[in-house]
Amino acid sequence: MGLCQRCKKAQATFHLTNIDPHGNKMEQHLCERCAIEEGLQQAKSPVSVNEYVETFLASSKAGAAAASNLVCENCGITYIEFRNQGMLGCPDDYDAFKEHLAKLIERAQENATHHVGKTPKAPATRKPGPAEVRRLKKLLEEAVAAEDYERAAQLRDRIGELEKA
Amino acid sequence: MSAGLGDFAKQAGEWLRGVGPLHEIVISTRIRLARNIRGFFFLSRADAKMRADIADAAQSGIKKARTLGDLIHVDVEKLDELDRTLLVERHLISKQHAESSGARRVAFDATETSAVMINEEDHLRIQVMRSGLQLGEAWEQIDQIDTSLADQLEFAFHPQYGYLTACPTNVGTGIRVSVMLHLPALRLTNELEKVAQAARDMRLAIRGLHGEGTEALGDFFQISNQTTLGRCELDIIDDFRTVVIPKIVEYEQNARKALLKNRVHALDDKIWRAIGLLRHARLMSSNEAMQCLSHLRMGLHVGRVKDINLQTLNELFLQTQPAHLQKLQGERLNGEQRSIARATFIRSRLSNN
Ligand SMILES: [Zn+2]
Ligand SMILES: [Zn+2]
Repeated sequence: MGLCQRCKKAQATFHLTNIDPHGNKMEQHLCERCAIEEGLQQAKSPVSVNEYVETFLASSKAGAAAASNLVCENCGITYIEFRNQGMLGCPDDYDAFKEHLAKLIERAQENATHHVGKTPKAPATRKPGPAEVRRLKKLLEEAVAAEDYERAAQLRDRIGELEKA
Repeated sequence: MSAGLGDFAKQAGEWLRGVGPLHEIVISTRIRLARNIRGFFFLSRADAKMRADIADAAQSGIKKARTLGDLIHVDVEKLDELDRTLLVERHLISKQHAESSGARRVAFDATETSAVMINEEDHLRIQVMRSGLQLGEAWEQIDQIDTSLADQLEFAFHPQYGYLTACPTNVGTGIRVSVMLHLPALRLTNELEKVAQAARDMRLAIRGLHGEGTEALGDFFQISNQTTLGRCELDIIDDFRTVVIPKIVEYEQNARKALLKNRVHALDDKIWRAIGLLRHARLMSSNEAMQCLSHLRMGLHVGRVKDINLQTLNELFLQTQPAHLQKLQGERLNGEQRSIARATFIRSRLSNN
């Protein structure tokens, strides 16, 4: 395995042999990145997810600080762990990391934000799990500590609705 | 089950034997659906115990599902490396599934047109394979399998995001449509960029023979969708059926016609050199075999070669791969021994028909 012919830096992992109109053999050995840039290959999704996450975190330091505190109370995964491995820990993460994940999903899914298509026959009347309630209660404490009573009132009402359901 | 896998190398799965629509260019159609069982963590957070529980729950759901019938259940964790590679070569499990660790299984039907991987990246990856371009048929079958599984297992589903998956790039429908194409003429005429462009225009990915992370081997390319959210399954399938695949098939057909018309000597030379090597070589690597078989396949489909049976050729593609070759020989072989065995096997198959 040699170096990429185009950038001459990375290991060539994409190999293509072409025959030109005069019958001469032309070999192309490119690295993944150059193959993508030449349009011969497209980026693999797990890589892109991490890139998306990086982009978001880099774009906002405040965002990074907020993200580092996020943890799913159901499975215990932190947002940072998700960022590092590209895999979520449990279905509840979609709610626990909702705000951060929403942007990321939008990018990865070409601006789509909602599912369209098949739905399980008897869609389980999805109760937001206890993790969601715990998460909201934590937010409520924070709002009270910050003396943001308007937000605290909203959160209290939302928790009330969930606990009734 | 390990013992049973031995025999299985002797023949090709139905999707490879069959001659589906546009099979001269479209090798196969595959649809996969990612599903997770509610109440369990995704695999990255599941410990060994939970992983085993997920496998048991999935397997018992599969056994009870109405449309799945009698399946062959294989415990991938217990297979040796050779048998795992055999399943990868038959496209019954992914490379990732073969190489990961912990409780993981696969169930498939005897014709190998449907399979369910348990504990791959998601709890379940349901798969349907067809010969040639058969997207509608493949969708119909996988939709039924999914529906009957959902009677037994409650899948994680979110009102906004749809089917929830371990990686957010699969969320929504959880569908991955993949069409495998044989494009030798476009490669010879140096026009693969047109294919890449056609795929890019529709935001589809192109990869090599065994999917994600593999280089384009020989002249085979796999095209698949990248996004799974915001459009229904049939719309996603329609991009392939009505736009991308017909366009690429036309490019390849035109390239084949142009070669026949303007460069028939160069074309014949490629084909007959390949036949010469296949019939006479004493050492053959799997890459060389793949390349020669590819040119022979093209020769057959453009009518320059007549005395070779298509089914024999399809079986050669499968059986000259490393794990199949070793299974057929009944022993472990090192690289050079494989090259000898491969050359010998091909010579004998081509002289018999
Ligand atoms: Zn490069
Ligand atoms: Zn979680």
